[in-house]
Amino acid sequence: MPSQIVSLVVNGEHREFIAAPGATLLACLRESLGLTAAKRGCAQGACGSCTVLVDGRPEASCLVAVETVAGGSVRTLEGVATGGDLDEVQSAFVDCFATQCGFCTSGMIMVAEALLDRNPDPSEEDVIEAISGNVCRCTGYRPIVQAVLEAAARRREEAVTR
Amino acid sequence: MTYRLAPVDTTAFAAERGGGDLTVIGSVVQRSDARGHVTGRTEFFEDVAPPRLAHLKMHRSARHHARIAAVDLGEALAVPGVLRVLTHADVPNNLYTPLKLIGVGPDDEPILAVDKVRYLGEPICAVVAETEAAALEGAARVKVTYEDLPPVFDVEEALREGAPLVNEYHGQNHFIYEGHHCRRIRFGDVEAAFARADHVLEWRYQSAPIEQAPVETTGCVVIPQADGRLRIHSDTQACFFTLDNTALILETPFNKLRIVGGTVGGGFGGKVDVVVEPIACVAAMATDRPVKFVYDRAEEMQVSSPRAAERLYIKDAVMNDGKIIGRKITLYVDAGAYARHSPYGVTKAAAHLPGPYAIPNVWADCHCVFTNRTPSSAMRGFGVTIADFALESQMDQVARTLGMDPLQLRLLNAYRDGDVKAHRKVAEGTALVEVIQKAAEMSGHELPETYRRMSSTTREGL
Repeated sequence: MPSQIVSLVVNGEHREFIAAPGATLLACLRESLGLTAAKRGCAQGACGSCTVLVDGRPEASCLVAVETVAGGSVRTLEGVATGGDLDEVQSAFVDCFATQCGFCTSGMIMVAEALLDRNPDPSEEDVIEAISGNVCRCTGYRPIVQAVLEAAARRREEAVTR
Repeated sequence: MTYRLAPVDTTAFAAERGGGDLTVIGSVVQRSDARGHVTGRTEFFEDVAPPRLAHLKMHRSARHHARIAAVDLGEALAVPGVLRVLTHADVPNNLYTPLKLIGVGPDDEPILAVDKVRYLGEPICAVVAETEAAALEGAARVKVTYEDLPPVFDVEEALREGAPLVNEYHGQNHFIYEGHHCRRIRFGDVEAAFARADHVLEWRYQSAPIEQAPVETTGCVVIPQADGRLRIHSDTQACFFTLDNTALILETPFNKLRIVGGTVGGGFGGKVDVVVEPIACVAAMATDRPVKFVYDRAEEMQVSSPRAAERLYIKDAVMNDGKIIGRKITLYVDAGAYARHSPYGVTKAAAHLPGPYAIPNVWADCHCVFTNRTPSSAMRGFGVTIADFALESQMDQVARTLGMDPLQLRLLNAYRDGDVKAHRKVAEGTALVEVIQKAAEMSGHELPETYRRMSSTTREGL
């Protein structure tokens, strides 16, 4: 099977690149597009560090064959801050000390973005459920949960003042 | 508050730069790396993608303990995309031990196995290829013929007469400390204490190996530079340790290597050993290509060095009032097949015994034992953590046997300022008494007045 040209909308921009058969979305983002925020932790869909949003849904990009999402819309951590400002989730992660080594952070933020997009007022249980596929071996889960709740509160407040 | 990425934000850490007021303690200080982490801009080693990057994968031992009769590289070399298959003969100085930098020996571990494998997963050949897939295919096609040797997996069995010899460079299945078969503590007369004790209480404690399991696996990218040096992007926890050991293995001056590191996607001690950089450097030199060698998740779990399995026997001489007058400890630390950092871990354990208690008679034998298991090494407080599990379990067991409150037993035996510890250091700045009192108060655990009035700086209540 020959390589093929794949088109994706990545962080709002139209991108085209050549993908070998069976190439994963993670490999294409990192190696073809230079977007390295999504990480390879296990390459088997178990750790969540490669999570990106595909048409708004969080997906383990290490398990997605890129041709299966051709033409789709992908959002990575690089596309979260707009106009140079960190968004509510990012700034809440900073303020709540929700990062340690930083390796799981990209995946954690992307599942949080997906959660808050569909549920602006999540309970603590909702947050725990949302991040349940993401491993943090520094075991900083408590501040991560708090950061996501804080981000939700900040986003609701902004919606009111806007 | 709003954080800006662009234009560059120069407002961060204003408090720390603010004119020598030294007001940081008690204030909230942002982590210096947090903004990189939340934007994906933090550069981990694997985010470095030089052009013409080659990939290294290891062919590993399928045996716990065996002689290597033959290695056939023919099929591996025939895999399309395979550039080189490296063996021990390609490594300038194939034998090392990481602690040689501080004078600990002997060299006991090959970079690539020579005539024998001593644990399951030990590296034998390194396959360098154009793609990761070709490197994996090549590694799978290396053929090794083994002559099996009997393995030994238990620390006490390994020390028995007639046990299979694991590591010939040591000559016996234990590390030798300045001519002694183990790290020893001799303080007072423990046998006399047992003879006059009201109770002699002994239990055995043991732990399994524990894998650190960082989310980012161990790895590096080595890039040959135009000036003949090698630039090593690594997630090691020990940049200088890695640089110096790698230089010794490559038989090259230290200034021929440059390490770019310090960003570690979780380590917990598991990224202190020097295991990926030396062979990746050999591969980069042999191919004149940038080379990436990174463990997959299975390798991280199987061959990256875990916390050692430990076994402790603790025997206490205890009086009816709860005073412990003697403690005898035999500790076995399973170093696995090679020393790595275990000789140091065992010394650390010995220095920690008999725990934070003033016990006048102490005897300890701390053995660093070689077995055919994965070499163990550093992990969060190694040497101390499992010893503490055993020592504090022992304190609870003693309290239960005497029908005593476990906190009162500890307060009665806790060291005070001025006590001489078993390794002849005078205890200073002790605070165990106060910590226990506070913990009791916070948890609503009632202590009698005499115990509440105890202090680390006086002998009151003893």
